[in-house]
Amino acid sequence: MRVLRLLAIGWKFHFKMIMRSAFDGVGQVIYPLFFATVAFFVFRAGDSPRTLLYASLGAAVMGMWSATSTTAGSAMQRERWQGTLEALVATPANFALILLPVTIAMATIGIYSLVATLLWGRLLFGIQLTVVHPVMFVLSIPATVLTFGALGFLFAVCFVRFRAAWALGNMFEYPVWLICGFLVPLTFFPGWVRPISWILAPTWGMNAIRESSLGGSPLPDLLMCFALGTAYIALGFLVMDRLLRAARERAALSLT
Amino acid sequence: MPVVEANDLRRVYKTHTGTIRRRVKEIEAVRGVSFAIEKGELFGLLGPNGAGKTTTIKMLITLLIPTAGSANVLGYDVVKDPREVRKRIGYVFGGERGVYERLSGYDNLRYFAELYGVPPKTQKQRIDELLDLVGLKGREHERTEGYSRGMKQRLHVARGLLHDPEVVFLDEPTIGLDPVGARELRATIGTLTQAGKTILLTTHYMFEADALCDRIAVISQGQIVAEGTPEQLKSRVASGAVTEVEVYGIPDETVERLRTLEGVMSVWVEEREQAQVLSVQTRADVQLTAAILGHLNGSNVGRVSHREPTLEDAYVALVKDE
Repeated sequence: MRVLRLLAIGWKFHFKMIMRSAFDGVGQVIYPLFFATVAFFVFRAGDSPRTLLYASLGAAVMGMWSATSTTAGSAMQRERWQGTLEALVATPANFALILLPVTIAMATIGIYSLVATLLWGRLLFGIQLTVVHPVMFVLSIPATVLTFGALGFLFAVCFVRFRAAWALGNMFEYPVWLICGFLVPLTFFPGWVRPISWILAPTWGMNAIRESSLGGSPLPDLLMCFALGTAYIALGFLVMDRLLRAARERAALSLT
Repeated sequence: MPVVEANDLRRVYKTHTGTIRRRVKEIEAVRGVSFAIEKGELFGLLGPNGAGKTTTIKMLITLLIPTAGSANVLGYDVVKDPREVRKRIGYVFGGERGVYERLSGYDNLRYFAELYGVPPKTQKQRIDELLDLVGLKGREHERTEGYSRGMKQRLHVARGLLHDPEVVFLDEPTIGLDPVGARELRATIGTLTQAGKTILLTTHYMFEADALCDRIAVISQGQIVAEGTPEQLKSRVASGAVTEVEVYGIPDETVERLRTLEGVMSVWVEEREQAQVLSVQTRADVQLTAAILGHLNGSNVGRVSHREPTLEDAYVALVKDE
């Protein structure tokens, strides 16, 4: 109960803070629309409503991922710059439980990306959202958000120790679009890419959303997405203490 | 048993120089600091910037792991039991950083109340009490980015007390505050000692340590150079006189030669804008003005004055002699 409360209050606090940043907000509003527009123009050549919806959903998840990947690193960096990282570590709460809601709050912003992209596609390009499995579709969205948050959490755990690693968050943004099949099916890629895709939860989240919308069997994808998200969180908790101790040994907490 | 105990604490920082041929440079920030603080005591760690005060406090509050030595707070080892230590201590930062500026003071306190495990039922009441204590009542729902430096500092104090800790660590809490703000904050610290808290305060203001602390340890270049009650430290400078000479470009060798003069107790030089001020504390029974000026041949000499020694002199002499 105490853990859930800590997570909920942490999420609310950080979500409120993100919502108050005008500059962050502008980026979050414009980026998804930009992704969506590019994807629609590229896929319009196919002239198939199904392909356009495929692209529309891909662009929507691209926006969700971008909201998480780039901000997980910058969130840690911001904690360092404003001097709050030490204040957080100095509290008796498990640091992993402090960090997890920060990245989940960021991933939550991604829901806006999804909605905005689908609306943009509807209004400008006339793409209608058809959902074959509505319940699974509704479940897939929060599951994807949570697993994005979980992956962001795993990044953030590393950023506590390695302060320059925030740049990695930016580096991961674009490759994930490709290797997780946001824009084109994974079958287009060489075989060696697939194992990498499989260990990345966004692949399964994307599949779950697409299959529940376009038809198919989204449940295995959803379960895989959930399992990987849980694994990321477990791994983060496992290494958190060790990395935090290393940061205390190397005096990395107060460095900006 | 002491509430806070530091035994031969040492801390080395490693930095790198060079780009292609990187070299590791070691800086020994704390070099064998030992002290013990008893229950209910307000202990001051007094020293100039870079003396090792913050490094020492950060080792005690578990943010840094000592390179050598040991420390415990309320019987818990700061390295082996960091969580147990954190539950029982409050930490107050100096300066403006360390708050979430986009959110209100109340939001900040509410979040940290949760992190410190304050029971949900008592959080609101506790926050209200603390807002009253630090004088932020009525401003708590404003974003902290609009707070003055003093208000942010008081918010730090409130945050450090949320879980009613037994031991409070105050790291230069009045740094950068105007005289009125600093006085108000010192009054707040006074109320904490009345409430029976054990406090470790770091400061570089001698008068502040004198006004607040039961005992003071003077730290310089990572080592404790003097320890005692304010009275004991004052007695070090109770006698003698201080000759101050304005000079321009005094060589280090001259300062060393002045130290060897018969009757000289200590010598230190302070930079003041374009000039330097050479201070020589001498025994009361000697008159060394002529001898001092004689050693300054070759340097540009300005105003010369004499005065009684102050508490500040004790501190400056201790840290400059090192």
